[in-house]
Amino acid sequence: MEYGLALILLAAVVAVVLIRPLTRPGQEERLENSRLEELQAAKEAKYREIKDAELDREMGKLSQEDWRAVDRDLRGEAIEILRELDRIEGR
Amino acid sequence: MADVGSACLAIALLTAFYAVGASIYGARSGKREWVTSGRRAIYCLAGLCVTAFAILESAFLRSDFSYALVAEGSSTDTPTFYKVTALWATQDGSLLLWATLLSLFASASLFLTRRSLRDIAPWATAVLGVVAAFFLFLMIGWENPFDTLAAPPAEGAGLNPLLRHPAMMIHPPMLYTGYVAFSVPFAFAIGALITRRTGADWIRSTRRFALIAWTFLGTGIMLGALWSYTELGWGGYWAWDPVENASLMPWLVGTAFLHSIMVQEKRGMLKVWNVSLICATFALALLGTFLVRSGILNSIHAFGASTIGVQMLVFIACVIGVSAALIVARLPDLRSEARVDSLLSREAFFLLNNLVLIGLCLVIMWGTFFPLISEALTGTEASVGPPWFDRLTTPLALVLVLLTGIGPALAWRRVTPAALGRMLRVPVLVTVAALLLLVAFTDATKSVPSLLMFLFVAFVLSVVGQEFWRGASARRVMTGEPWPRALARLTGRNRRRYGGFLVHAGIAVLFLGVAASSAFLDQRDVRLSPGDTVKVGDYTLTYLRPTAKLGGDDAGTGAPISLGAVMRVRHGDETYILRPSRNYYSTTDPSKGVISRFFDGEANSEVDIRWGLRRDFWLAVRPDLVSLQKPIERADSKFANSPGQVQAIVIRALTELYRQDPPPAAFRAIVSPLVTWIWIGGAIAVFGALLAAWPTPEARLRRVRSLYAARLGRELARS
Repeated sequence: MEYGLALILLAAVVAVVLIRPLTRPGQEERLENSRLEELQAAKEAKYREIKDAELDREMGKLSQEDWRAVDRDLRGEAIEILRELDRIEGR
Repeated sequence: MADVGSACLAIALLTAFYAVGASIYGARSGKREWVTSGRRAIYCLAGLCVTAFAILESAFLRSDFSYALVAEGSSTDTPTFYKVTALWATQDGSLLLWATLLSLFASASLFLTRRSLRDIAPWATAVLGVVAAFFLFLMIGWENPFDTLAAPPAEGAGLNPLLRHPAMMIHPPMLYTGYVAFSVPFAFAIGALITRRTGADWIRSTRRFALIAWTFLGTGIMLGALWSYTELGWGGYWAWDPVENASLMPWLVGTAFLHSIMVQEKRGMLKVWNVSLICATFALALLGTFLVRSGILNSIHAFGASTIGVQMLVFIACVIGVSAALIVARLPDLRSEARVDSLLSREAFFLLNNLVLIGLCLVIMWGTFFPLISEALTGTEASVGPPWFDRLTTPLALVLVLLTGIGPALAWRRVTPAALGRMLRVPVLVTVAALLLLVAFTDATKSVPSLLMFLFVAFVLSVVGQEFWRGASARRVMTGEPWPRALARLTGRNRRRYGGFLVHAGIAVLFLGVAASSAFLDQRDVRLSPGDTVKVGDYTLTYLRPTAKLGGDDAGTGAPISLGAVMRVRHGDETYILRPSRNYYSTTDPSKGVISRFFDGEANSEVDIRWGLRRDFWLAVRPDLVSLQKPIERADSKFANSPGQVQAIVIRALTELYRQDPPPAAFRAIVSPLVTWIWIGGAIAVFGALLAAWPTPEARLRRVRSLYAARLGRELARS
């Protein structure tokens, strides 16, 4: 008896939580901008790489010449990400 | 309440199925509301599992023996501290712990990725739902922790005495958290493969979970080693036991994964390797859970004893099969975007380090499963033993530690030999100085592998020290900050980099302790009577007197009887007292007499250790109860029907008899050099890993911005 009652009550609570988003389709769509988030994360990761390379140069791990080549590549990749960000944001 | 617990599990299983179905439907149809509903199902799953866990934990705390699990694994005299841990000492309870932790980690990962990875996340939800459903299915079908007894016993069987140790309180949850947290990157990797989104996005979103899993698993392994050292009475911390190996294998592959994902993030390379590594790590985590619970390696007939062995094996086979099929099917999408520019680069050395880690894992796997392989091929079970493991793993560990030092000194993409020479000049000089000092002032040359390890550790520590010093110097030049602030800000703003370096330093320190304590320990097994003295290395050990305690053992484990010894230890000018003992726990075996059941149950050593940075003095005692045998037998027949108070007086008299006239007791004394550095190294590594996992200021700022953006969207929609 207790088992059946618990089963019904728990199922009812779970059903309310699960059905709620189905009754408001499109709501989530407005709140999310998934690609933008991903690009922001990629941009930050690329900036971190550029700073890492600078730190490596300061510490003598990268020669000036190697650092220039690495930095050029990384900045090129960062610019691509920025372009994509601008395109999505409609600038 | 057991019914409510069972209902929680039943609804949780249905919810997990719903999460799988809704997420896949949402992903395939593009209806985001179904994806959201699927994600919410995982949150509900977490709520249900936590409720079930709380109900069971409450039953243990109340000593409610109507629950079969509580009657089997706890008792009224089990200390409260250990009643809490008794839940995961049982198979059913540990399955519930697995499912609960999984639901919590799944919820956290899906919450954090709710606004990103819109293609991958629904599939990851489905994978996490499948894993959760499997564990819930095991519980409902075979190992229900909420099974009740029609006639509850007045007293439970009690927690295994060996598990009554503080490290055991947190060791299993730590291991399980590690195993479970690896399911998050695994699920997102499978999602990335299904959707062909095989770039670094899934790695960026789940890297922190992999690092948390690695940290928890490593901490669990360390706590297990500490428990072995302080509780098991043999004096070691690692025995190459199958269950120990089972936890080490996913940790090693997980370590390889954490290194190689950096190569994918920065260079777009090793995509096949990375998805293979995380699938292997997850499969090994499941294998670890299976080995701990099935007992298959103690006896290959353990399938008869374990009710879930076959199901676990089938699930592991499915995980491997589906992962392999997906990887093969997606090979064209997993092509590298770049190539290794130079063998003198960090990515090239990461690849080398990966190969060594995988080599170590394969050696350990072969040794662990050798008894099964030998029995399958020859019909006779044979095991390889610790010397075999030591012989094969030592060279690989040496190479690994050396790479741990070289890696941080290299830059990504390419390093010129001249720059590498500059970076390694000081560490090499430090290593040569360490060699001269070791040869001149120590016996390190007696063990060549240990000597090499000491030198490589010196090399790693000097490389890491140099990294901090050069980094802080560069920052000082740019900002003019004083040293402490420059060092703190350098570390704070580059947490991932310097946290990683600290992990390397911690692992090197850990290996220092392992090399010294395994090659240079002094051990003696002796039988001593009160007043006897013995030499162990430079230490003089004197047995002053025996001890006997009823209730209230020193370690607070709830042992009814504790017999031990008071020992004086002299080392140079230093003198101190150690009090090792052996705890005796009563048995409920009805074939034992009313008095002998207090002496013939489980017993375990409570070792006493003089901890030190240079060496530990470790001491265990095993009292000889032969002289008490006859009086115990007489008491069994004479006081069989006496009241409990009378029996307690008899037991006190017997232990007093032992204290007054003890036979020689067996002692094991070990002088173990630098063993404390194992725990210190582990703590440094954990601190470094937590530092590396801590979100960067940019990520926190982005999260705040996205929260504001969501709020703005909500409020605009309402207006």
